[in-house]
Amino acid sequence: MSSPRALILRAPGINCERETHHAFARAGAAPEYVHVGQLLADPGQLDRFSILAVPGGFAYGDDISSGRVLAQELRAGLGERLLQFVDRGGLALGICNGFQVLVRLGLLPCTRHKLDEEVTLTHNLSNHYECRWVTLRTQKSRCVFLPEGLTLRWPAAHGEGRLMAKDKAMQQTLVDEGYAALLYVDAAGRPTEHYPDNPNGSPLAIAGLTNTSGRVLGMMPHPDRSYLPTHMPQWRRTLLEQGALPEDGDGMVVFREMVKAAKAEG
Amino acid sequence: MQAWRVDVLVRSEHPDPAGGAAKRALAAAGVEGIEEVRCRRGYLLAAALSESQVREFTRAVLCDPVLDQFVVHAPGAADPQPLPRTHQVVVKPRAGVTDPVAHSVQKALGDMGLPVVETGTYRVFDVRAAADATPIEGRQLLNAARRALANDVVQEVLLDHLPARLPGAAGAADLGVHPIPLAHLGKDGLEKLSADGGLALDGEEMLAIQAHFAAAGRAPMRMELETLAQTWSEHCKHKTLTGRVRFEDGAAGGQSKVIDNLLRSTIAHVTRTLDRDFCVSVFVDNAGIIKFDDEDSVCIKVETHNRPSAIEPFGGAGTGVGGVIRDVLGTGLGARPIANTDVFCFAPPDLGAANVPQGCLSPLSVMKGVVAGVRDYGNPMGIPTVNGSVHFDENFVGNPLVYVGNIGILPTARAHKKPRAGNKIVALGGRTGRDGIHGATFSSLELHTESETTSSGAVQIGDPITERKAMDAVMRCADEDLFDAITDCGAGGFSSAIGEMAEELGAEVELQHAPLKYQGLAPWEVWISEAQERMVLAVPPDKLERLLTVCREEACEATVLGTFTDSGRLVVRHAGVVHADLDLKFLHKGLPVRERQAKYQPKQLREPALPAETDLRGALLAVMGDYGICSKEWIVRQYDHEVQAASAGKPLCGVREDGPSDAAVLAPKLGSRRGVVLANGLNPRYSHIDPAAMAECSLDEAMRNLVAAGGDPDYTAVLDNYCWGSTKDPLAFGDLVRATDALCALAITYRTPFVSGKDSLHNEFRTEGRTIRIPGCILVTAMSVIDDVTRTLTTDFKRADSLLVLVGLTKDELGGSVYYKTKGQLGANAPRVDHELGKNVLRGCHAAIAAGCALAAHDLSEGGVGAAVLEMAIGGRRGARVDLDAMPTTGALDATRRLFSESQSRILMEIDKHRLKDLQTHLGSAPFAVIGEVTDAPGVTFVAGGKTVAEVAIADAERAWKAPLDLDGTLLQEVRS
Repeated sequence: MSSPRALILRAPGINCERETHHAFARAGAAPEYVHVGQLLADPGQLDRFSILAVPGGFAYGDDISSGRVLAQELRAGLGERLLQFVDRGGLALGICNGFQVLVRLGLLPCTRHKLDEEVTLTHNLSNHYECRWVTLRTQKSRCVFLPEGLTLRWPAAHGEGRLMAKDKAMQQTLVDEGYAALLYVDAAGRPTEHYPDNPNGSPLAIAGLTNTSGRVLGMMPHPDRSYLPTHMPQWRRTLLEQGALPEDGDGMVVFREMVKAAKAEG
Repeated sequence: MQAWRVDVLVRSEHPDPAGGAAKRALAAAGVEGIEEVRCRRGYLLAAALSESQVREFTRAVLCDPVLDQFVVHAPGAADPQPLPRTHQVVVKPRAGVTDPVAHSVQKALGDMGLPVVETGTYRVFDVRAAADATPIEGRQLLNAARRALANDVVQEVLLDHLPARLPGAAGAADLGVHPIPLAHLGKDGLEKLSADGGLALDGEEMLAIQAHFAAAGRAPMRMELETLAQTWSEHCKHKTLTGRVRFEDGAAGGQSKVIDNLLRSTIAHVTRTLDRDFCVSVFVDNAGIIKFDDEDSVCIKVETHNRPSAIEPFGGAGTGVGGVIRDVLGTGLGARPIANTDVFCFAPPDLGAANVPQGCLSPLSVMKGVVAGVRDYGNPMGIPTVNGSVHFDENFVGNPLVYVGNIGILPTARAHKKPRAGNKIVALGGRTGRDGIHGATFSSLELHTESETTSSGAVQIGDPITERKAMDAVMRCADEDLFDAITDCGAGGFSSAIGEMAEELGAEVELQHAPLKYQGLAPWEVWISEAQERMVLAVPPDKLERLLTVCREEACEATVLGTFTDSGRLVVRHAGVVHADLDLKFLHKGLPVRERQAKYQPKQLREPALPAETDLRGALLAVMGDYGICSKEWIVRQYDHEVQAASAGKPLCGVREDGPSDAAVLAPKLGSRRGVVLANGLNPRYSHIDPAAMAECSLDEAMRNLVAAGGDPDYTAVLDNYCWGSTKDPLAFGDLVRATDALCALAITYRTPFVSGKDSLHNEFRTEGRTIRIPGCILVTAMSVIDDVTRTLTTDFKRADSLLVLVGLTKDELGGSVYYKTKGQLGANAPRVDHELGKNVLRGCHAAIAAGCALAAHDLSEGGVGAAVLEMAIGGRRGARVDLDAMPTTGALDATRRLFSESQSRILMEIDKHRLKDLQTHLGSAPFAVIGEVTDAPGVTFVAGGKTVAEVAIADAERAWKAPLDLDGTLLQEVRS
């Protein structure tokens, strides 16, 4: 089976495209950089890809609010094409700033199959940017490629990561109905709203979301900075205890499973 | 211009972190009785939009539909009635200051198909007094807000008055040529002309200029004089360190010598003498370049941004980061920046207002501003900040030091550049504004009480996304080989960038093509403006079209400014009128050789007689809580140290990822384990005793840090960055000469070539009849290339029952130590480096670490063995038992000296019991001893003379170590015993 083609979106201020590209290549995809200007000049090219990835960064400086200007540009330039891309079997991934973009676009959680902003990612309760490794637990969710029950360590690095729905009921729905694919957990493995295990104060510990069809996944922490064994902060202890390093770091599962799902889709 | 005003705010049922932070900041600035602060984000949209367009745009773009509400005020509408007990504090950019958000608002207007009108932004803080408190006094609130909520230099604060208009059109530019007659002036008159014009040229230099133009038979034009001032500035030419020095050495019986070109005969001499084969390009480019592997090289540059950071810490530090990134981007034929390193020197944050002279910002606000500035530039650039250190001394109160560094990677085949006649001069990146006029010359003058107000034109404001676009564009153009030379616009702006590239050629510049942020700039201002985010490229004509296309695709503005020629002249025209026609030989070689006197006089100091302490636990906790030693986690976590996915050795380590690391380890080529280790060394305190000790210890510490983390001392390049108080005072300059000699002698023994360096030589602050001078500092930055990052170490204890091995000799060297500092003493016995011993320790430890003998390693520096063991224990959450009597020493030392002496060339290692023999083989002739073991106990026990001299619980050590800079009150939440 040929390698699924992955569109790695570039835009002014997006800055995690190289590691996202490399992680997809390592997982067996055929990644290609496409600048947002190129994409909007020829929106039909989206159909040539089976994966759309929006990497992290500070798109357009996160001016106005994080991801806002790029989301607006994509909504104006692509609009319904994005829904169609997912409907016809495409997969999409948004990491950190990319997650913020997908949320502002309305592609996540997209509970009503419309590009509405149903939730937001807003300022951390600490009111500043912070970089730290967090522990996540993958949930039984709608996501068609992310396995449930994994405990993963990825770095979080953001200032606006607190996921807020319009009201508490909606926030609960995200968890109850399988949209919240990734939760922040504490040392005992329990979902937590407490700093620092939950770095931004997201209610119900929500770290990542999928959409209704489970084909779009977004998260604040970075699998693209934890996919190699030497990325992991405790790799030296792993090496001492096990005598060798594993093949992958904890973030690699996202890329491997996504590429596997894209291949299965054909 | 009349405008719509849109206020967006978080709905009251949701938390407002920005408002909460503002409340804390105002309270800290002394405003009492605040019940709540809520924040509004304000936008001005030109009146040309209709109300329905404004509302549509606000709903779609400005307002978060989940959290926010908004209010639209029509153009010219009266301010709304203030809420009861509430003041509105408005913060807005001053006229002419870059407002990137306003540009993004314009972009979003265009994306939505709406008219792209003029826009502006502001913030409002609604400050509500508690019902039972006395109303908040407006004037006091305004003053507090200026300090706590705004950068007064670049932002205006208004009270209870909302901005209603967009900045008006600027006045017409003065396009005059302005010849400046010099012929009639004597030396005094010339000096006055230089001082009045902010040119920072001395009498000799002005006389040389006078003579040059007399021979040409005309007066210099203003732009020519400004160009000479920029090019001849200390910042650009290092004229003091490349000048002639008459040195009298008081430590060698008054022996005197004349040194022609101090830099060439010392620093550059080391590099030439060592002639290491990994050096690719040294001292000739923006950054030093060394080989990384068969294809690629890594380059490194560190510089200072002290002046701007003293006046406006946030903007100064941010643009410092932006500037050094551009240095690397402009190295060779374009290097890709992969890491930032930052070192700061501040006055202690608890200095107290009474000790802060008028005209200085408080040390705490300087520190917070600098950290925020580095964060808000480095993070958006997508370049990890991986390494750094912070030092504290009262004498930095008027002159904080902000060292910013960057590393890049580039193909070795593209390590050299050469502009050619016929190449087009292309400027790309940001637009030119009035920001940063006279920055290069400003940095060459001393600061004084009024600097904050008189020099604000020299402050620059950064826009990292514009720089990111420039970087993306340059990287693509480099991949396609579209230019013959590149450099950044730093100090001196176009005048320096184009003037330097044209040095061997000539140039014709048509300045009216330069894109401007706003109208009203005189041509000379355009020419020397230090507006940020600009690069200059030399582009072969046949590649120009492709280059402009790539830049367009990357949304990066690029403009042809002129052509490189072979005329030997720098000709600058504006709309056909010649504003400068300079002989490039005179511009670059006409600077008279500066001659300075230098005299070293040893200081008369004594060791203090302190009462012997039998229980050293309190002393240990005091040392751990010293600002220099304490945890810098509050800073580290605000920096992105993971972006680019190259990190293999992080700034924090250990089981809870909060222990200190000695160095950063990067694997910059994704998927490859070949790596770079980056470390630094500096201890300003030793400079108060002996500048030679300070200089040697900087190099030794950088090398110890590097080796402890797994770097290879035999494949290491170093950088020297001088910050000195003065070089006009012969005694201060004498200190510099002595420090340089010591540094270079050690570098020869260590075989570490200098590949790049910088100097900032005027760091004194004049106030109220006294001058505060910084201690002389040479920051040494060390970069090593290694085969395999999995052969690197962290400092945290790994296992109980392993052995603690101390390599190196401990001596009676408490002078300048943190232990003495905690006792209010300086002392006299500053540590010196035994060259051969140091070399053996570094090479022996590296051999052992590379062979996998060690589980952990930590360099011994401030706080000695005591601090090092406790730091390793905090990181590993394991205890230890240490027998101080087992330490290898020179002479008999008491327990206090064994615990706290800061003798150099010492590394502490954790070793598996079975590897001891192995270790011995690798260490060779380096002295070492087993001094204890790692335990499962919850604390560390230090024993001497058969008695316990200190017993410290890890939780107590952690508390002492984390508390001083726990500025958000979050670091100690997790302390569990």
